[in-house]
Amino acid sequence: MITVVRAGPLTTIQDQGRPGYAHLGVPRSGALDQRALRRANALVGNPAAAAALETTLLGCALRFEQPARIAVTGAAADIKVDNLVTAGVLEVGAGSVLDVGRATRGVRSYVAVAGGIDVEPVLGSRSTDTLSGLGPPKLANGMTLPIGTAQGDLTAQPDGGIADQIDLGVWLGPRDDWFSGRELFESDYQVSPLSNRVGCRLTGTPLTRATKGELPSEGVVLGAIQVPADGQPLIFLADHPTTGGYPVLGVVDDVTPLAQARPGSTVRFRELR
Amino acid sequence: MRVRRAGASALLIECRDGEQVEAWRVALGRRREAGELRVVDIVPGARTLLLDGVEPGAEELLASWPQPDTAVARDQGPLVEIPTVFDGEDLAGVAELWDLTVPAAVELLATTAFTVAFCGFAPGFAYMRGLGEKFGVPRLDSPRPRVPAGSVGLAGDYCGIYPTASPGGWRLVGRTAETLFDVRNEPPARLGPGTRVRLVPA
Repeated sequence: MITVVRAGPLTTIQDQGRPGYAHLGVPRSGALDQRALRRANALVGNPAAAAALETTLLGCALRFEQPARIAVTGAAADIKVDNLVTAGVLEVGAGSVLDVGRATRGVRSYVAVAGGIDVEPVLGSRSTDTLSGLGPPKLANGMTLPIGTAQGDLTAQPDGGIADQIDLGVWLGPRDDWFSGRELFESDYQVSPLSNRVGCRLTGTPLTRATKGELPSEGVVLGAIQVPADGQPLIFLADHPTTGGYPVLGVVDDVTPLAQARPGSTVRFRELR
Repeated sequence: MRVRRAGASALLIECRDGEQVEAWRVALGRRREAGELRVVDIVPGARTLLLDGVEPGAEELLASWPQPDTAVARDQGPLVEIPTVFDGEDLAGVAELWDLTVPAAVELLATTAFTVAFCGFAPGFAYMRGLGEKFGVPRLDSPRPRVPAGSVGLAGDYCGIYPTASPGGWRLVGRTAETLFDVRNEPPARLGPGTRVRLVPA
């Protein structure tokens, strides 16, 4: 069992999410940085589907009430066990406190524990969905979390690395004909502090609409670049709604870099064909 | 019908109307069950069907299949009766927009054969068509900060029931005590796409 000592501003349990229910209005959810989650799980010998913790900017502190094997991936942050700075795969004894510090690069750290965070799954996933409220609540001080049974062998994993500049590949469509210009590819955009698990909001040159009016609601995918009336793009992340009424100019091929994009970061787009 | 790409692994089928969306949804659902189509999510919208999580070649596969007959899918979904108390805050206003008396507006709602066109906004929130354009109503100018679970509302030519309490801009005409979304059930939503719905006066 784990006791939450310092929950941080938004620390949630996340796994690969709950795809397959979008037709019922259920968001996919899941870890924003799926690659960092996969690495953390592999490092402690967990299957890829195991649940871990996702922190936001300021980390968290956890007391392990039983011996555990832990790995922290994702954002660069100071990792301490009982106040001693450490790194790599950690073996901690009962009563040890793990402190994941403020992210110095990136935004979200992933804390995997051998055996996984073993809360009750909801619709096949242990992920907290911040949009719909499905899944376990976000971490709060004093909360306890069950740990599953450890299995499997440790796998060495290359470090992910966090890029300073975010360069995103975009497939145009499905509604690129609603727009007249190519501003998206011709100028830089900045990550807005209003970004969250639902979407990464950008500010920059407004995108020019060729077609006025409203789009009847239609299904949207992860990475969709939705453009509301003000022309500032919003890129859908894991907790995105399943349908939307704003036109989608294009779809970002890989949203993982946005999981680690700090407010103010510069984003550039290039067209994929 | 036109197929648009939505990224590397999704296709968006544009349809003439909600009936054609439903026909495609049923046809492709069958093909998925038969192992002819691999897709993670089949998500209907107002006039589109999104196939999310398809493999390369899906577009060619789609083009090789005949357009489904809308008559085959019509009225094939399960029928759910929702006991409804017609006492919504906006009922009188809606009746006025329709140029009907309140009892006549209730009669219209209680005799309409609704079909779930698609879900969205919240888990289990069903957009039900059936009223037709003639009885379309605009959303409220400013949404209510909190609409109780079970509220029956209208927006555009759709009728919807809030499965959970949330902010909302639909015009409220009634309420039900039915549970519409429960994660312990499979499927978790009572009113999935294609479900036929009757609002039965309670």
